[in-house]
Amino acid sequence: MDNLTNLTIEEIHGALAKREASAEEIARAHIDRIRTDDPRVRSYLSTCEEKALEQARAVDRQIAAGEPLRPLSGVPVAVKDVILTRGLRTTCASKILENYMAPYDATAVQRLESAGAVILGKTNCDEFAMGSSTENSGFYPTHNPHDLTRVPGGSSGGSAAAVAANLATVSLGSDTGGSIRQPAAFCGVVGMMGTYGRVSRYGLVAFASSLDHIGPFGRSVRDVARTMKVIAGRDALDSTSADISVDDYEKSLDGNVRGVKVGVPNEYFEGLNPDIRANVEKGIKLLEKLGCKIVPIRLPHTEYAIGCYYIICTAEASSNLARYDGVRYGFRAAEFSGLRDMYRKTRDQGFGPEVKRRIMLGTYVLSSGYYDAYYLKAQKVRTLIARDFVEAFDDVDVIVTPTSPIPPFKLNEKLDDPLQMYLADIYTVTASLAGIPGISVPCGKLPGEPPLPVGMQIFARYFDESRLLQVADAFEKAGGFSVS
Amino acid sequence: MSTLVTLSADTLGQYEPVIGLEVHVQLLTRSKIFCSCSTHFGDPPNQNTCPVCLGLPGALPVLNREAVTMAVKAALALNCRINPRSRFARKNYFYPDLPKGYQISQYDEPLSEGGWIDIEVGDTRKRIGITRVHMEEDAGKSLHEGFPDSAERTYIDLNRSGVPLIEIVSEPDLRSPEEAYDYLTRLKTLMLYLEVSDCNMEEGSLRVDANVSVRKKGAAAFGTKTEVKNLNSFRFLQRALAYEVERQIDVLENGGEISQETRLFDSREQRTYGMRSKEFAHDYRYFPEPDLLPLVVTEEWKEHVLRSLPELPGAKESRFQAEYALPKQDAALLTASRATADFFERAAKACGEPKLAANWVLNDLSYLLQENGKSILESPVTAENLAGLIKLVAKDTISGKMAKDVLAEMFKTGKTPNQIVSEKGLEQITDPEKLAVIAREIIAANPKQAEQYRQGKTATMGWFVGQVMKATRGQAQPQLVQEVLKRELA
Repeated sequence: MDNLTNLTIEEIHGALAKREASAEEIARAHIDRIRTDDPRVRSYLSTCEEKALEQARAVDRQIAAGEPLRPLSGVPVAVKDVILTRGLRTTCASKILENYMAPYDATAVQRLESAGAVILGKTNCDEFAMGSSTENSGFYPTHNPHDLTRVPGGSSGGSAAAVAANLATVSLGSDTGGSIRQPAAFCGVVGMMGTYGRVSRYGLVAFASSLDHIGPFGRSVRDVARTMKVIAGRDALDSTSADISVDDYEKSLDGNVRGVKVGVPNEYFEGLNPDIRANVEKGIKLLEKLGCKIVPIRLPHTEYAIGCYYIICTAEASSNLARYDGVRYGFRAAEFSGLRDMYRKTRDQGFGPEVKRRIMLGTYVLSSGYYDAYYLKAQKVRTLIARDFVEAFDDVDVIVTPTSPIPPFKLNEKLDDPLQMYLADIYTVTASLAGIPGISVPCGKLPGEPPLPVGMQIFARYFDESRLLQVADAFEKAGGFSVS
Repeated sequence: MSTLVTLSADTLGQYEPVIGLEVHVQLLTRSKIFCSCSTHFGDPPNQNTCPVCLGLPGALPVLNREAVTMAVKAALALNCRINPRSRFARKNYFYPDLPKGYQISQYDEPLSEGGWIDIEVGDTRKRIGITRVHMEEDAGKSLHEGFPDSAERTYIDLNRSGVPLIEIVSEPDLRSPEEAYDYLTRLKTLMLYLEVSDCNMEEGSLRVDANVSVRKKGAAAFGTKTEVKNLNSFRFLQRALAYEVERQIDVLENGGEISQETRLFDSREQRTYGMRSKEFAHDYRYFPEPDLLPLVVTEEWKEHVLRSLPELPGAKESRFQAEYALPKQDAALLTASRATADFFERAAKACGEPKLAANWVLNDLSYLLQENGKSILESPVTAENLAGLIKLVAKDTISGKMAKDVLAEMFKTGKTPNQIVSEKGLEQITDPEKLAVIAREIIAANPKQAEQYRQGKTATMGWFVGQVMKATRGQAQPQLVQEVLKRELA
């Protein structure tokens, strides 16, 4: 076969089954491509070529022995560097964990490997997943494969860019306020966050525990559905993982969305880039053509979501990041006098500016005297936002919105304006706060050269990932990814 | 008592101390509260650790159900109401032996609230309120000494990190160091009864902090309180509290004000020290722990625990008085530990002589145990063997005095009393004819004393009894000896 790096999982399995390619050849093709292309994209922080080839050869041996293919046999996967991989560095794109080796695999990684996946390496991101452009990486920014002068989105920019640039078939990212969906939109790929509790967080380095998710990227909805199925499900090591059975998502990809009620919330179509709006409206028209019933809905507390989100996520982050203190592992300042000075210097030198900003914000909102006004109030708003969705889902099956109000922006364009950067999350943080599942699918390109991708976001009811994927897949099959 | 404060009894008498205790009790679960590591004490440093209790990135806590059961047990025994839904919270502070930078504890929604313990000081019984009992994890230990480079370095042992604790907070109902002592004693007894903790203060499984203030007698408002930490023995508790009470009175008497601060008790110097409040002033930034679901204790779970509660010390004491006709004092002493109470009860039932059993347990056996540094659970003399000994005395097989020696032998060898008595030929001579022969020999050999007796110097009888006892190597029954001698001397 000519090109082994642009295949879907089904195509990979077809090639393996027909002996048109070996898993090792597929892995090697990806490794070669990473060597030639990634110096421009910079989606990976580290690769593990030997381990990947070994995993691939193991798959080939199984095929030779006549064993059936597992769901991800021989599929090259990239893993965001906030997800732990035993024997591979996990840096969280932070100097403070520059050489950190985890002694165990994240549950999601373990499940990928049991399903036969070939892990290629760890992808770049904003430091501790805090950011919307991957420019906050402690090492280097990642570039958008569609326009190398632009950001890939974030924080899972490396995972999105790697899939977009055919440097992995699927990848894992993490989503706290949009960190999978927004880079998926910026890079023109599919990115999904399940219901909170759908995928175990064990081994995901915590940013904001009540909002963090692990989820997949892929170039097709089917690839995302299959990867999601592999990593989803109850994990005894994560008390917040749900004990609710996982559907066979691929079975729901029947293309038949006739009669499905699609809610369109007015609040998400104001003050955004007009071309993005036009594309998403075309996407909605396409769904209508497929037989969906379009229903205008209201999500009245949307405007409070950004404030609410940045209070809760920074509060949790300030606590979650306290463990990086130079005492037991990771970076410790070279020179200091006494314990307090060691803490101060270690954290000052080890964390980047955005992480420090969030730790300070979070410390502030939890401080006595401010707790009620900020943290407690934000929790109440969070409840109202969740209720908006629950009430909306009384009338509709899914909700469709733009993923981002803005197109991929230029590197350094917003770096000095954190508030502008925060507002880029305006359409994604709501589902994070409510805990409902969401997906971003490509929805045509913007006019201009080079044409930049637009993302359309779909939400569904709690644990109704099947419906989410069904609508996304029908949209893909109907040519929605390239609406014009 | 303190050497630094000198106040007249009169001045002291004008004030009333107000004391509340915060007691941390380590639960006796086999594994830690949020992971499956062993809680075993004294293992090599950092052996019992895993990603969870080391606070490694990405690790998550999973609540140990057994720890909850034990906490509920303790709370129920303290007459607390169990909240059907409680929540864990993070207490944030930086310290090298706190690996996550926060302690998982409970804050505004604790496991249980509103209980009490009855204490007794002198003849007065008093009810002390329990504000709350909540669950939390222990921190690790900083090792400041014992290493060649201890001058420059502190070592961290995280074996204790994540060991389950309950914190028992009392109302400010205690009015003297003696009351505090009695409260703590009863609390400890209760925990031992419940077998939820070994309450070993040296190993840190029982730790006490006190909130102390004073006010003029009759005043309604509380004074400003200080928190006294490091009260890690029963002995220090009373001394530290007494010192702190006097210190506060002294400050007030000299026109000063009490500053709200944390003070450490220095056991060597027998005084409390203010810790620099700036350095230790914490804003713990509590917030609900997002990694754990709310803790729901169902009615069913609570009922199950309630059914598993053993008879508690107060109830046992009353029952011992009623069932075994024991004086209150004995019943109280016997029930001070569940093991002692059980031992007594087994012995009493086996010999049918509860009062004698109580005496033996509380006196001779207690003495031997103490002497040999053993607990009653390690007693080489079993309850059944003690009962056997009591029966031998009751049947006059051996004398009470001889029984003490037999007990000592039993303690040393672990043998049964019958074995020892027969091996050593210690059976009491209860045959009057046998004794008469000996008596006659002694009378014949001592005509002068016999004459004195016959002339009315009855005190000589004691001398004759002694001679017979000597001749029989103490195996004669003294009363019988006296009867025989009276007859022979008549």
